[in-house]
Amino acid sequence: MGAYAREELLACVIARLLEGARHAAIGASSPIPATGAFLHQNRNPGFRVSLQQRRNANPFTEGSRELFDLAGQGRIDTFFLGGAQIDGSGAINLVRADGKRFPGSFGSAYMYSVVANVVLFREEHSARVLVPKVEFVSARGMPKALLTGKALFSWQKDRGRFRLESTHEKEDIRAQTGFDYDAPATIPLTQPPSEEELSLLRGPVAQVISADYPDFAKRVWGIN
Amino acid sequence: MNAEALAARIPDGALVALPPDYSLPAMEAVRCLIRRKSRRLRLLGVPVLGLCADLLIGAGCVAEVETSAVSLGEAGLAPRFTEAVERGEIKVRDATCPAVHSALQAAEKGVAYMPLRGVIGSDLVQARSDWKIVDGVLNIPALRPDVALFHARWADEAGNVWVGRRRELATVAHAAMETLVTYDELKPGDMLEDEILAPGVISSLYVGGTAHAPKGAWPLGLPGVYGADDTHLSQYARAAKTREGFQRYLDEWVLTPGKSFSPA
Repeated sequence: MGAYAREELLACVIARLLEGARHAAIGASSPIPATGAFLHQNRNPGFRVSLQQRRNANPFTEGSRELFDLAGQGRIDTFFLGGAQIDGSGAINLVRADGKRFPGSFGSAYMYSVVANVVLFREEHSARVLVPKVEFVSARGMPKALLTGKALFSWQKDRGRFRLESTHEKEDIRAQTGFDYDAPATIPLTQPPSEEELSLLRGPVAQVISADYPDFAKRVWGIN
Repeated sequence: MNAEALAARIPDGALVALPPDYSLPAMEAVRCLIRRKSRRLRLLGVPVLGLCADLLIGAGCVAEVETSAVSLGEAGLAPRFTEAVERGEIKVRDATCPAVHSALQAAEKGVAYMPLRGVIGSDLVQARSDWKIVDGVLNIPALRPDVALFHARWADEAGNVWVGRRRELATVAHAAMETLVTYDELKPGDMLEDEILAPGVISSLYVGGTAHAPKGAWPLGLPGVYGADDTHLSQYARAAKTREGFQRYLDEWVLTPGKSFSPA
């Protein structure tokens, strides 16, 4: 196993979370979820990815409401949401925290409740972001998972709590997490990218991603 | 009519519906609003806002914003919006994207409200006294903006405008009391006679005024014609982090006659 970028590891985790999905939509400014989705598509050609803000050959022809209409009908089964704050009940906050104003809720209040599989994704893993209770509930729902730059959590429907599944490196996650969660006695390391995954990421996936996220593709893969 | 005259049709205090950065923003008309010192505008994001709103807010033209978000996309947070909200200088009515679409769709159908799935459980519902839960479903009241303002690739001699796949602009034009459109190019004749163009047309029935503004979306893009000027946008995002930097940007790119829409 050679060296890999953290972004590549996160994209591989996202691709594994997409197992069994038929159609994922990707909202604004989400290069890592988009990378994971295109990696999954490479191995599962029947899987559809719709990038909301794709510059060329955008999949939508009915304006920006079409994404929400598709989701309302169940034609999109996977969506990604982030948050300035995320709490242990799965609620996200995109509006305000600690006297600071954030951009706003976008479509989250709707998408979280109508899309079957919502993956929460935020690269920063800190007690500032992962809080006991969000200051403002932009959206609430039952997530499929929470992926951060340091760890992967699953959601336990019966307990209404997160469960730590793995950490990307060996480190004390509880000290860096503001909410309480369940964890196994021994916490495994997140499975690293395989050689096959890395060659797909650095080949066809990187090419597709560079069209819509040029800065990201340049930073991770040196594509100009 | 030029963009200056078109902007003069928007009275102070009007509820003005604007598209996001990726959906045909009328940037030249926005610069005209700033030059004519518009005041107390209420902006509606269809369904979110970007550079248009940040410029208008920074220039003191705005009292209130109703939107699902304000952001400069890849260039980051909208700095003038953020500071104005944190200092309590403008009021925000937070929404969520499909609620904005539903409110405009209700208006275009002439019905009082439109039901919307989901959303219940969000604090937005408590914050919006105009949104009602009836039999477990959220009802969004119809919203009729005073003005819808955007940029089109083409207008024609019959007063129609072409927006292609940006159908949310057709919806907001149907819903608004008046629709004002700047355009890059004038097409001779009537686009409704062309079966290929017609599906992307908003008919003159809805359009109150058009104005020729070449490169009128700059520094944002006009899909298929010119891309967004990413260098200029990140320059703006950096400059607008402070009031002084924003004022220097306004002086150079908005208030200096002749310079505004003529990028190098």
